[in-house]
Amino acid sequence: MNSATADLDRPLTRNVRPDRAPTDMAAYEANGGYRGLRRAIGELSPADCLQIIEDSKLRGRGGAGFPTGMKWSFVPMQDVSPGPKYLICNADEMEPGTFKDRLLLECDPHQLLEGMICAAYTIQADIAYIFIRAEYHRAARLLREAIAACRDKGYLGNDILGSGYSLSIHVHASAGRYICGEETALINALEGKRAIPRAKPPFPQVSGLWGRPTIVNNVETLCNVHHIIERGADWFRSLGRTADAGTKLYGVSGRVKNPGCWELPIGTPVREIIEDCAGGMERGYRLRGFLPGGGSTDFLTPEHLDLAMDYDTIGKAGSRMGTGTMIILDDKTCPVAFVGNLMAFFAQESCGFCTPCRNGLPWSSQVLQDIEHGRGQPVDMDTLERQVEFSGTIGNTHCALAPGAMEPLASALKYFREDFQRHIDERRCPWCDGGRG
Amino acid sequence: MWTGDCVSDLIPTLSEQELAAIDAEIAHLPYRAAAAIDALKIVQAHRGWVSDDSLRAIASHLRMSADELDGIATFYNLVYRRPVGEQVILLCNSISCWIKGCDKLQQTIGERLGVGFGETTADRRFTLLPVPCLGACDKAPVMLVGEELHENVSGELLQQLFGAPAQEGS
Repeated sequence: MNSATADLDRPLTRNVRPDRAPTDMAAYEANGGYRGLRRAIGELSPADCLQIIEDSKLRGRGGAGFPTGMKWSFVPMQDVSPGPKYLICNADEMEPGTFKDRLLLECDPHQLLEGMICAAYTIQADIAYIFIRAEYHRAARLLREAIAACRDKGYLGNDILGSGYSLSIHVHASAGRYICGEETALINALEGKRAIPRAKPPFPQVSGLWGRPTIVNNVETLCNVHHIIERGADWFRSLGRTADAGTKLYGVSGRVKNPGCWELPIGTPVREIIEDCAGGMERGYRLRGFLPGGGSTDFLTPEHLDLAMDYDTIGKAGSRMGTGTMIILDDKTCPVAFVGNLMAFFAQESCGFCTPCRNGLPWSSQVLQDIEHGRGQPVDMDTLERQVEFSGTIGNTHCALAPGAMEPLASALKYFREDFQRHIDERRCPWCDGGRG
Repeated sequence: MWTGDCVSDLIPTLSEQELAAIDAEIAHLPYRAAAAIDALKIVQAHRGWVSDDSLRAIASHLRMSADELDGIATFYNLVYRRPVGEQVILLCNSISCWIKGCDKLQQTIGERLGVGFGETTADRRFTLLPVPCLGACDKAPVMLVGEELHENVSGELLQQLFGAPAQEGS
């Protein structure tokens, strides 16, 4: 494949080098960088840009898959209320098993900035923030350097490229906690408060940061924006292999030969990702199941390997594409301990605001530990089922954390029920050794 | 906790450098308390952790109560309200690293340094803490030591970083 074709087929990772060295301003511009920005700000109105993004069928890459153009269309565009508008990039990547945004942030920081400037121009934001998790030290440093380079070039600051449009971007490094990835909790954290999700409505598009219209988008979502504006909605829609549009960063971790992260057409079958990209299972390990898109998605099993990895196909199979980074459950890892690890994480990361999450998750976690360590009772299965129903139902909880936490448990009870039962009957973990063979 | 700010002599002070950095954050925010998390991180960067005295000083500068600030400080796992070692080891214990044996790494580090999660070595060099998924799952198991990410962590690497296993009875 020559490099020009590769650039068109894999827009997001075209500047990613094998050694993962960052692409600087000179290299980024030499490879066509900031052309989308010039087109957006120089030739198109904000309404034109919004139309292109809506036509492209771009959906949010943070996990929920909400149509990006529709989200932006809720931002009030007339001067009905004076005051600033905000764009926030959610770079708080902390979903267990997810490692795709780090790649984009560390290898091509200018790509994110160009996407953000185009997105901010579309909604006419005055200030943009990159909310990045505290542990991504390298990415935060590279972004600050890239922002300074943009200011020098006139891509950021007052009167960008003589257009009259002005924007500043700030990097805000977080201080921890998974719940900050929830967009309204993130806004509270950015305001210097405890990161407790807000009630919706009002939605952030209308009343977000400091009560002003605010758009929060994932890193990967924003990285697509200027490519779409530069090459058009038709081009973007043509990239997908199924009804969804564009490419997707897919990842595989666990006991596979070649764990990693790859940009592929959205809708690539699971089997191709696990077998061709990740090289299949490690010698001596068999695939029992996988979480398709991070720690808060339902298990799928080998019978689902030929499904297309897109939002609707995975949704219809009873799970979610989520972040698109799969976690593999192999036959030498105990499913009860696997789910127990996830539940302990979610229990720890609950913000504590609502009861089903604050109490339900530690309760479930304790029951899972008891079963794993041979202290399980037959009634525990009913307890877990009740927890799934109670804490797992959206509407019972303040936000999506507890329902997400219940997805791996609910599906494990469905697919690996006999393994739970064996723990209880034999009063021990059949895998022993902390759940791993 | 006493939070009055009328007797300024009794309020612990922040250094000029700390104040300058905090004021730079306040400058682009709509009200002072909005800089709470930034201010906690700035002071922690200078002092290693946030003591009760530091907390009162920050709260006074941001014109908020120390209790309210403590509620924020204790919400975030990377704001340290107890002293930590020169370097903090953040060992990922989420799912992909767990599959690849982070429990054994924790055990090995514990044996080498004589600490469990939440503890600091006697020589104050290291504090060991668990951390949620570090976003490098294809290189599991991983950990951060200070600001440096270590991938595919092995027994050899632990020996390089933390020395040979402690001898029995030594």
